[in-house]
Amino acid sequence: MAALGGFAQLSGDDVAHAVRALGESGDPRAIRVLKALRDAELYVDDASHVLIRDKNGAMVDALSGAPVPASGHAATINNEIRRVLDTLIARLELKSPDPDERLEAVGELARRSNEEDAPAMRDALEHEKVRSVRRALVSALAEGDLASEDPKRRLGAVEAIEEAGALGLAPKLAALTTAPAEPDPAVRAAASRTISSLHRKQIFVDGAADVLYGMSTGSILLLSALGLAITFGLMRVINMAHGELVMIGAYATYATQVFFHEHLPVHESLYLVAAVPVALVASMLVGALLEVAVIRFLYGRPLETLLATYGLSLLLIQIVRSIFGAQNVLVENPPWLSGGTELFEDVVIPYNRMAVVVFTAVVVAFVAFVLRGTPLGLRVRAVTQNRPMAACMGISTARVDTWTFALGCGVGGLGGVALSQLGNVGPELGQGVIVDSFLVVVLGGVGKIAGSVVAAFGLGILNKVLEPIAGAVLGKIVVLLAVILVIQKRPQGLFAPRGRSVEAV
Amino acid sequence: MTPALARLRAWLGPHLNTGIIAILCVIVSIVVPICNAVVPESSALHVPDFFVTVIGKLTCYAIVAVAMDLVWGYAGILSLCHALFFALGGYAMGMYLMRSIGKQGMYASDLPDFMVFLDWKELPWYWYGFDHFWFAALMALLVPGVIAYVFGFFAFRSRIGGVYFSIVTQALTFAAMLLFFRNATGFGGNNGLTDFKRILGYPLREPSTRAVLCALAGAGLALAYALCRAVVGSRAGRVLTAMRDVEPKVRFCGYDTVRYKLFAWTLSAVLCGFAGALYVPQVGIINPSEMQPSSSVEIAIWVAVGGRGTLAGAAIGALLVNGLKSWLTAAFPAAWLYVLGTLFVVVTLAMPGGIMQLIGMGPRAWNVLSRFRTPGVKVDASVVGSPSSAPPPAVTLVDDKASSASAGGAAGS
Repeated sequence: MAALGGFAQLSGDDVAHAVRALGESGDPRAIRVLKALRDAELYVDDASHVLIRDKNGAMVDALSGAPVPASGHAATINNEIRRVLDTLIARLELKSPDPDERLEAVGELARRSNEEDAPAMRDALEHEKVRSVRRALVSALAEGDLASEDPKRRLGAVEAIEEAGALGLAPKLAALTTAPAEPDPAVRAAASRTISSLHRKQIFVDGAADVLYGMSTGSILLLSALGLAITFGLMRVINMAHGELVMIGAYATYATQVFFHEHLPVHESLYLVAAVPVALVASMLVGALLEVAVIRFLYGRPLETLLATYGLSLLLIQIVRSIFGAQNVLVENPPWLSGGTELFEDVVIPYNRMAVVVFTAVVVAFVAFVLRGTPLGLRVRAVTQNRPMAACMGISTARVDTWTFALGCGVGGLGGVALSQLGNVGPELGQGVIVDSFLVVVLGGVGKIAGSVVAAFGLGILNKVLEPIAGAVLGKIVVLLAVILVIQKRPQGLFAPRGRSVEAV
Repeated sequence: MTPALARLRAWLGPHLNTGIIAILCVIVSIVVPICNAVVPESSALHVPDFFVTVIGKLTCYAIVAVAMDLVWGYAGILSLCHALFFALGGYAMGMYLMRSIGKQGMYASDLPDFMVFLDWKELPWYWYGFDHFWFAALMALLVPGVIAYVFGFFAFRSRIGGVYFSIVTQALTFAAMLLFFRNATGFGGNNGLTDFKRILGYPLREPSTRAVLCALAGAGLALAYALCRAVVGSRAGRVLTAMRDVEPKVRFCGYDTVRYKLFAWTLSAVLCGFAGALYVPQVGIINPSEMQPSSSVEIAIWVAVGGRGTLAGAAIGALLVNGLKSWLTAAFPAAWLYVLGTLFVVVTLAMPGGIMQLIGMGPRAWNVLSRFRTPGVKVDASVVGSPSSAPPPAVTLVDDKASSASAGGAAGS
């Protein structure tokens, strides 16, 4: 690390020399020094020791990292040095143990597209194991290599592209498949082979992306429809106000966020966790209220139920408007849900969508547990299967009705928590949800919660597959029409049992 | 019942429904236009211009309500896509009105303004023919009719009924709304069709044109009522009513229920298109928000408020609810949804026969209190969607047997 001495000099040439020497040394500590120089945090004390000012303003020794009490003058830097600094830092970072840093370094070098960096990148490619970094390296190198005079280099580049599966380079390769542009037949053959291989990979990646995004859309559908699968599917109550219970769940999330913001700012990022039970209880209470006040008078009259619950939905919308205002409210993602991760090239899955998928699985498990594993669930199933017999066994069917309806509404409220993380929260939130939800339940087969799960994911994936072909709106229309057609064929849903009981519904 | 109403009823005898509609139509198509055009402005009897338009608009809604009552009140089909048929008729007329603007649009082009704005060079093929009034008028009836026929054919054939039918029709409306919201569909997207200038050469801004349109709407209501009354009174109408109450029985008797349903359903859709075509020249705009799923549900509440299965009640319900809406949304905007929501709940819970029941013309006086004494009794799955979902029928063909049939059905399955 003798080169460090150069920083003590006042002359720019000496410093530049020291920078280059450091850059070529390959010493891991060099990055720290060069970065400090770039950020004007590098100092030299009277005894020519090189010091770095850390984030807190304390001086540490550049070599040992030990704190040094002394202060000094800033190291010389000029524009020429700045120009080489970034390249050198990037080259050094190519050897960093952190793949993200290496990826960033490759990006930096590719942006500069300097022929001199090629050997360093080639060197890095030899040792690179992480696929995304390899792909970035190959892409960065291919630019120069594909334009090279040497057919061997071109061939090597094409093969490297195939091996790394760099999808972004397919258009560049297309130029190498025709005769005048590419004189060498071997390169032409390799290029066409690589293009078809990339094409296959593209189809796979697109398909995987469709399935992933479709699962995310499907889980949103499912969360809003699952409560309905209970109230409509099990109880046969046409609850047009179900969307509004989803909305109440979303507003409960908002209210929790405001409460945390004002009273517990330290734990603000945890508000979402607290919002789950709050939303569940809030929408269960509203649901129980609706059942006791209105819906229990309408059992057995589905069309009247439809109208009455539609009226209830209007009332709920207007009540929420009066309390929270007609404008959308802002529900922020907590920090641990912002950002995303790249699963494939160009396929970024945001954390909030992944969280919704996981949350959906938890909610489905919760519903399955309540219905299958609790005394309440036992009563619910008994009452929905054979009401008179259940009543004979001493079950208070009216109370079970209230509980079942409240449970369905509560699950809708949980859907609201998830929706608040993905889109706008406003009084009209529920209106956009209700049509889809009913379709999911009807398609899946009324009374079959598992059918709703399959229908929701099927519709979500179908929607995502159609979107690039037909556009978002037309895709949605096609899905709606497809569902209408399926219902023509299977009026009782895809997963409903067939038999004489079918006629009775 | 007040003595005045009792006397009116005695005077009209069994024809109260027809009498109510006749009075309404005379008011709308004769009294209102004359009071607007002939009576001098200083007179207390003068009807202001804007009021004529409001009355004309409400009358169009009344036609839709009568059409809805035909399928819901008599055939037991709760459609949630009548707003779609209404809007389709409106769009057909709007396309004619758009074409009759000629070069007087904002861009002085031969094409409608929104097409110029979208940089379209020529008219899409489905706009051909709409230069002619007769073609547009035909399409206003034909398009909703054909769509209803095709959709109904498949739905009724698969025996999709009750709530399922409602949900599927709602999905259809929703899909159509999304389609019409797109600019690329070619119907003006979000903004729809507007800025109309004249109809058949008469300027739409003139009060006299408006008065004539209002009179026509009144005549249209009379026509729609007469048609529906004829259907309901015919043998087919009796089959429809029987089907509403116990469809399997009618089927087992050898009736092809699909054909009867399809007939009533298609006729109802055509009447909606007719109402839409009358509506658009009066309000001067048609856009996709007319197709919102909520609009269709609102049509159902007009009918429920007036009283199902009476036809006249539907018209009264449409006039009252929409009159109330026009007044409340202007005077107390925040209160309207509370009123509408409460109306939905109260009518379905406490007043299943609607206003017609209150004035004693309902099918049969309902013992309202009995519903509250025995909550949640009829919850057996087999009763759901069965005859008890419809009110006691006006034509009491199978009336007294309906309840025993449902009880029997419950016990049987």
